[in-house]
Amino acid sequence: MSYYFTILSPTDVPLFNIAFGTSKSGGDGIARFRFPDTAQYMNQFIIHSSLDMVEEAQWMNGNMYLKHIDTYPPASAYISAFLTPSGARFLLLHQPPHAAGPNANAGGGGGGGGIGGSSSILGGSFAAGSSAARASASSIAANPTSPQTEEAVRQFMAEVYENYVKTVMNPFYRQGMEIRSAVFRSRVTAAGRKWL
Amino acid sequence: MSSTTKASRIGEELWKTRVDKVNAELVTLTYGTIVAQLCQDYDGNYQEVNKQLEKMGYNIGMRLIEDFLAKSNIGRCANFRETADMISKVGFRIFLNIAPTVTNWTSDNNQFSLVFDENPLADFVELPDDGRAQDELWFSNILCGVLRGALEMVQMQIEAHFVSDVLRGDDATEMRVSLVRYIEDEMPPEEE
Repeated sequence: MSYYFTILSPTDVPLFNIAFGTSKSGGDGIARFRFPDTAQYMNQFIIHSSLDMVEEAQWMNGNMYLKHIDTYPPASAYISAFLTPSGARFLLLHQPPHAAGPNANAGGGGGGGGIGGSSSILGGSFAAGSSAARASASSIAANPTSPQTEEAVRQFMAEVYENYVKTVMNPFYRQGMEIRSAVFRSRVTAAGRKWL
Repeated sequence: MSSTTKASRIGEELWKTRVDKVNAELVTLTYGTIVAQLCQDYDGNYQEVNKQLEKMGYNIGMRLIEDFLAKSNIGRCANFRETADMISKVGFRIFLNIAPTVTNWTSDNNQFSLVFDENPLADFVELPDDGRAQDELWFSNILCGVLRGALEMVQMQIEAHFVSDVLRGDDATEMRVSLVRYIEDEMPPEEE
């Protein structure tokens, strides 16, 4: 599973972003997106394109965590969102690992709703053949819309939120400024390692 | 060490009974804003910011000693070592609810260090990453001025400065305090 995490200001200015990979099931924490040569800007593009969904969803209930709100099937990218009361948006793009083999490719292009189920089935069938696939099948990565994943992302968001609050309380941080704090970055990385 | 434990008992007692509490974030954010504003006003001239903070502290200290003596009702210290214990265990306890460690005495008992395990003024703070603040700004420099002002009003001329700060990436926050002289009673306080 590869992740791309962004914090957007209330006026859609990116304040912070970071890419990382899963550390669960023997992952090394390095992001491996499916299309590495375009990932850098495509991830941002996909995340920004989900903002309409965020704005629609944000008034539906009082929760800050909006769960999985958008899917971009061509890159099989899933977006989860978290709102802070001041209007900053935390957006997490997650992309399940690129399962090797012809079966996986066939399933990879499917519709957004079906992907969660089909990829877990594929993962299960691979488990006999490849140990790497088995690792991913048992992790949250295999099923981006499962309750376990939602819960892990929620924990991640909550921890980042806690650190975000501390960061914006820094007297030298001005509202709407890019977050350049190395401490914050390392804490986000740590949260990613812990929950994702 | 009996004077130290006595001092910490007095400090605890006063903190529990005589001190009005105020929200810590209010203090932290107010002080942080002052420092940030000074940095902006002096256009990143951190030496000048340090100096201004020290001066502000000096003016606070001169009044604060009155409040301190009224609250604590303690008499004159017998020596500078006792003074150090009073500063750390009573003074810092009742005004900031911390008790920095007194350590690194010189052999003539005229210089010591206060090592701050925690510093409520610097919560949440990260120094600006302009490459200079880390080397030049003493974020909590107001405390040096407070000590200088307060002790001057009780006939002690001291010099205080920070030698390390966790905000700069050091292992500890340490302030060096040295006694310059005891001021004779007739001397008017120097003007500032």
